Amino acid sequence: MSTIPANPPSPSTTTAARQRAAIVVASCTILGAVAQLLIKVGMSPAHFDPTGKGLVELAMVLATDIPLVAGYACYGLFTIAMVLALREGELSKLFPIIALTYVWVTLFSYWLLKDTPNWYKNAGIAVIVLGVAILGQGGEGK
Amino acid sequence: MLRSMALVFFASIVGSFGAVFLKMGAAKLSKSIWSFVNSHLILGVGLYLASSVIYAMGVRGGQLSVLYPLVSLGYIFTLVWSKIFFNEPITRYKVTGLCLILVGVFLVGVGASR
Repeated sequence: MSTIPANPPSPSTTTAARQRAAIVVASCTILGAVAQLLIKVGMSPAHFDPTGKGLVELAMVLATDIPLVAGYACYGLFTIAMVLALREGELSKLFPIIALTYVWVTLFSYWLLKDTPNWYKNAGIAVIVLGVAILGQGGEGK
Repeated sequence: MLRSMALVFFASIVGSFGAVFLKMGAAKLSKSIWSFVNSHLILGVGLYLASSVIYAMGVRGGQLSVLYPLVSLGYIFTLVWSKIFFNEPITRYKVTGLCLILVGVFLVGVGASR
């Protein structure tokens, strides 16, 4: 009797659909990290200086800040793609993949923003990713 | 740097409230497009926007490799609000995950001063 699954998978959670969701979410995490990088660059003092500007002028400056606008556009795309992918896959299985965003942001920061790399940061990110992954498994009364 | 860290941390708290109201608002959705115009959903979106503005102000100063990991602290608040507002159980997995996140953020913080 044990060979009969208790809950036959519904069409929306077939292996193919779950794999597709995993791939979409993994690609999304890179897009999400790019968004963070662009927002950081767009907000950096070199791109954006709010001193002595009125509210309207400030809004104009921000709206024409290309990295910032591109960053939020990427973030919007990331969110929409994520919501769509999450409808197909199980959230607990996708959580560890979503946590990859922390890895990409750190690597991109080292590489492109010339942040100082060190093993404390690397270890911290590894532990955070593990934490987020485990947190995501806690949904079913575990 | 401390100011930036405080701003990002505050943004993650505001964002966690955003998630609560989005979930409350999502529960009211029906087939009508007008069901999207409900107070909870609007408040949720508003809080998310506010959170992203505070976050952007935060990442202005300081290294992204230190500031972005602070976003993960938002999970702590989300977990607490989920218990309070939706009576979702706090499980061993969730507590373990949260402790690891705290340890990880602490390590990144140590790395920031190196």
